[in-house]
Amino acid sequence: MEDVRIEGTPKTPAILLIGGTGNLEISGRSIPENSVEFYTKVLAWLDIYSAKPASKTIMDVKLEYFNTSSSKCLLDVFKKLETLQKKGFEVQIRWFYEEDDEDMLEAGEDYDSIIDLKFDMCVMEI
Amino acid sequence: MGNINVFDIYDRMEKENIMLSFKGFLSEDLLDSILKVIEEKLTYFQAEAKTKKKVYNVLAECLQNLYHHSKTEGMQEEQSIIVMVVNHKGGYSVITGNMISTDHVEILQQRIRQINAMDSEELTTMYRKVLNNGTYSSKGGGGLGIIDIARRSGEKLDYGFVPVDEFNSFFSLNVKILN
Repeated sequence: MEDVRIEGTPKTPAILLIGGTGNLEISGRSIPENSVEFYTKVLAWLDIYSAKPASKTIMDVKLEYFNTSSSKCLLDVFKKLETLQKKGFEVQIRWFYEEDDEDMLEAGEDYDSIIDLKFDMCVMEI
Repeated sequence: MGNINVFDIYDRMEKENIMLSFKGFLSEDLLDSILKVIEEKLTYFQAEAKTKKKVYNVLAECLQNLYHHSKTEGMQEEQSIIVMVVNHKGGYSVITGNMISTDHVEILQQRIRQINAMDSEELTTMYRKVLNNGTYSSKGGGGLGIIDIARRSGEKLDYGFVPVDEFNSFFSLNVKILN
């Protein structure tokens, strides 16, 4: 299975999906008009990864901005990881936010309340 | 037509502290440009990081609402919108205006009234419910955008409808972001 490395743009995030180590990262901005199109690749990769995952999966989310169109796609990503955990694999989400960015912290708490996974809220070093 | 007094428009915009104003058809390229310009301006005006993010997020959400609306509601290709960002003493306002079908006025009005009646805790609960229920179109939508805007603003949404002709009304929205 190939790793995924996508460079970030002013409207789409950088993506890093490393199957061997289980290190996944989404960073930057996620404000495309059509998020579904962008996240299809991530979701498809997760489907393949879920068949033979690393013993521990860590996903770092380091977003500066994201729109409501992306919020549903992120939920889909977390749901796939939730399923992985239900199958007995360890999953950890590290949700990064800038210290004074209450909106981003709240967004992390929104997912934490919906998804049955461990969300660690981490202050981003700028 | 020839009598438009440009100075009056300029003067009015200057006095009202309008940082950015656009009226016309909103293309994807233009949407991107507006976001880029406002980000530079907010940095120039030395807006606090927190405020800057809120203004940027609210503007992005508003513009994308308008962009999708103009495409999905069977509107003419050349449907024009207006968007303004105002820098006033206490903070910023993101103001938008667009034509909508008069048939949609009541439902939109009800939705905004419902949102304005909620406190921040209720808005959070509603946001989570709508996010999780996934009553979405592929473009987002499902009413999540307007809840998100209200949450980030923390102020009541200021809005209005002006009947234009038999079928159309002008919908205006003013989202305040206080420092």
